[in-house]
Amino acid sequence: MAKQLLLGNEAIAWGAIAAGVKVATAYPGTPSTEIFSTLAAQAKHYGFHAEWCVNEKVALEVAYGSAISGARTLVTMKQVGLNVAADPLLSGTYLGVKGGLVLVVADDPGPHSSQTEQDTRQFAGFAKVPVLDPSDPQEAMEMVIEAFDISEKYHLPVILRPTTRVCHVGQDVELPEITSRNSEVRFEKGGDWVIFPSVSLRKHGELLESLKALGQEFSTSRFNYREGQGEYAIACSGVSYHYVKEALHRLNIIDNTEILKISTPYPFPEELAAQYLKKHERLLVIEEQDPVLEDAMLRLAGKIGLHLHLSGKHDAMVPGTGELNVDLVTRAIANWSGNNIKTRQVPAKPELPLRRPILCAGCPHRASFYAIRKAAGKKSDTVFTGDIGCYTLGMMPPLSAVDTCLCMGAAITQAQGIGRAEPGRQTIAVLGDSTFFHSGITGVINAVYNQYPLTLVILDNSTTAMTGFQPHPGTGQTATGEIVAAIDLQKVLEGCGLTFIKTVDPVNLKEAVAAIKEALAYDGPAVIIMKRACINLPEVKGLAPVVINIEKCKDCGLCVTEIGCPALVMETGQKPQVLESCAGCGLCIEVCPFDAIQGGDY
Amino acid sequence: MDIIMCGVGGQGTVLTSRVVGEAAIKQGYEVRTSEIIGMAQREGPVVSQVRIGTKLHGPLIPDISADYLLGFELAEAVRNLDKLNGKGRALVNTHMVVPPTVYLGISNYPEEQLIDYLKEQTSGLILINANELAAQAGSSKAVSAVMLGAFATLCPDIDETMLLKELLARLPERVQEINTRAFRLGKEFVEGETR
Repeated sequence: MAKQLLLGNEAIAWGAIAAGVKVATAYPGTPSTEIFSTLAAQAKHYGFHAEWCVNEKVALEVAYGSAISGARTLVTMKQVGLNVAADPLLSGTYLGVKGGLVLVVADDPGPHSSQTEQDTRQFAGFAKVPVLDPSDPQEAMEMVIEAFDISEKYHLPVILRPTTRVCHVGQDVELPEITSRNSEVRFEKGGDWVIFPSVSLRKHGELLESLKALGQEFSTSRFNYREGQGEYAIACSGVSYHYVKEALHRLNIIDNTEILKISTPYPFPEELAAQYLKKHERLLVIEEQDPVLEDAMLRLAGKIGLHLHLSGKHDAMVPGTGELNVDLVTRAIANWSGNNIKTRQVPAKPELPLRRPILCAGCPHRASFYAIRKAAGKKSDTVFTGDIGCYTLGMMPPLSAVDTCLCMGAAITQAQGIGRAEPGRQTIAVLGDSTFFHSGITGVINAVYNQYPLTLVILDNSTTAMTGFQPHPGTGQTATGEIVAAIDLQKVLEGCGLTFIKTVDPVNLKEAVAAIKEALAYDGPAVIIMKRACINLPEVKGLAPVVINIEKCKDCGLCVTEIGCPALVMETGQKPQVLESCAGCGLCIEVCPFDAIQGGDY
Repeated sequence: MDIIMCGVGGQGTVLTSRVVGEAAIKQGYEVRTSEIIGMAQREGPVVSQVRIGTKLHGPLIPDISADYLLGFELAEAVRNLDKLNGKGRALVNTHMVVPPTVYLGISNYPEEQLIDYLKEQTSGLILINANELAAQAGSSKAVSAVMLGAFATLCPDIDETMLLKELLARLPERVQEINTRAFRLGKEFVEGETR
C-alpha cells in the first residue's frame, strides 16, 4: 500500500483497526483526542463500536467490561485522565482480561496543553501494567498491534504511551493490512471477575509471575535493541531516540557510539540491559519526563553488582523538566562526551508583541465572564474558582475572572473548601457543560448535602470546545453521529436537589448580571446556566459584524479595554475599529456607554 | 530540507504543512511534520515544522537549521527566525495580526523595527502581502494558497503542480477557483521579485 502522511494519533487508530478492535472508548484530551476521532469515523465501516464516554474512569470500566467478555478493546485518554481512571486500572490489572485491552495514554512533556508533566511509564510501574513507548507514528502503529497480542497472551491490560511529539507528528506511514478477525465474544460466568481480598492476594502473585516472564520476553522484543558500536554509550526511549541519533550525527560521533533503545520501560528488559551495562561502565541516559530508564538501570546495576558511572537526570546532565529537543540533547551529549558544538549568537530582537491564546471573537464565555465580574462588583473580593476548558482563558486580563484551576470538576468543590475555611467569603464557581458531566455532578450533590450556599455558573456552549468540538451527553449526539435524547442540565440539577436554577443567554448582559446577583443572594446552592453555543460549531452562523457609529463614539475605548475582544481594535488617538473576524455577538453594544455600536444579536 | 511555518492560529499553517508534506511523499521523500494543537490556539502563536528528505530523524528542526521560513504573520516570522540557517530563504507575509495586548497597553508592535530586523538578519528575504494578494484572488482567506504559490517558486525541489493538487484536494469545490488564482498570484509575485 502507498505511504501517506499520517499523524501519530491517526496511525495508532489504524493500528487498532488492523488489530481487530471491537470496542473503543475515550474521553477527549490533548494530545490524545484524534486517536478516537479517527476510530469513530471508521467504526461503522469496519463494524466496531465506538463511544465518547462521560469521563476516563467510565471509559476504562466500559472497556474493561468488553475485554473480560473477550473483545479486543481500546481506550484512549490524556495522561491526567489516567488519574481519573486509576481505580479500575489497578483492580483490573489484578483480575486481568480475556480479550486484549489496550490503553493509549498520551503524555505531554512541556507541558503544552496539560496540568502536569506526569510520566505514564511511572504510573504503569506503580499499577503493574506493561507499557510500550513509541518513538514515532510508524512505530506507534506497529506497537498498538503488538500491545493487543501481549495483552491476550498475558491476560493483562497494556498501556501504549505516546507523547505529544508522537501524537501530533506527521510521518510517511505505510498502512497495515486490515484483515477481519473472528474472535468469540461471550462473558463466561464463574470466572475470576470478583475482586475480593483473598482473590487479590492470589492474583497479585500471578501478576508478579506474568510480569517476570514478560520482562524476559521483552529482552528479545524487536522494539528493544542495541545499535552501533564504540566507546560512547547512550540509552534512550521514545522520541528522544531520534533526537539522540540526530545529535550524534551533528557531533560527528555516531560511528563511535552504541545506543540502547528501550521501548518497554516496564517490565524492564533486564537481560538485554545487563549485557549492555556489562560492556559500558560509563553511560548517559536520555529520556523525557521522569528518570524511569535511569532508575531501572541503577536498580539493575545494584542487583547484579556492577559499578557504573551513569549520567542523566540525577546528575542534571539532562534537564529534569520540560520537553527535550535536538538542541538540548546535542548540548547534553556534548557536555557529557567532552565534544564541542558550534553555536551562533543571534542578535537581540526588537520587542515582540505579547501574543497569548485568548477567547475567540464572539465566544459566549467572554460575555459570561464579563457578566460574572459585573455581578460580583468590579472591586469585589469574590473568589472565582475556575476549571478545565477554553474558559480557563477567562483568567487573562481584562476579564481576570478565574482565580483557581486545579483539575476537572474542582471549580465546584474548591469553592466549597474556600467558603468553609473562610466563612462569609463570596465565591463563584465556573465550569463548562462537558466538564460538568465529567466530574461536576458529585460536587453539586456535596454542596446540596452539606448545605453550602454554592453559586455555580455552568457555561453551556453545547460542545467540548477546547479539544476540537466533541459531543457530550448534553448535546444529544453520539461519537458515531446518532441522534439521541440530550441529557437536560436543568433536570439533572433538579434531581440533585437544587431549588434555584436559571438559564440565560450570556450575551443578554442585563439579564445575565441580574441572574447571577439573584443567585448570589439566594439562601442555598444556586446555579446559573449560561446557554449559548460555541461560535465555532458548524451549525452556528455568526452574524454580520457590528458597526460603530462614528458620530456617537466618544473614543472612550471601553469597548476594547473592558472585554478584550480580538475583533475590536483601537490605535491611540483614533476611533475603535471592527475587524472582519467579528461574529456580531453584540457584547460590545452592551458595554458602550454612548450607544455608539449597532447590529449584533441584541 | 527543513521548513518552518509560523503564524497565528487560524491562518492556515497546519493546512500548508500537510500540503507540503503530502506533496513531498508523492515525490518519494520521507516526511516528518510537527505542530502543537490544543489549548485554544485561536489567536495564539502557531508553528508547524516540516522535514523532507531521506533517512530523517526526529520531527523537530534544530536552531539555525531551517532552509525555508514561511512567516504567515510579520511578528511571528521574527519570533521564529532563530530556526533559519544563514543561507535560508524567508518568505514573510507583511500582514500584521495585532494582538489585544497591544490595544490594552501591555505590549507593543514595532512594525518598522521588525521589518528592519528581518532585512538585516536574512540574506534571502521576500516580503509579500499575502492577504492583499488573496483578496485580489477573491477571498482574504486564501492566504495559504498565496504562500504555497510563492513557496513553489522559491523551492524547486517540490513539484509545483503537486503542491497545487494537494492543496485543492483539501478544499471544498466552491473555493477551488479562488485558491488556484491565489496560488498563481503568489507564484507570480515571487517570480517578479527574483527576476
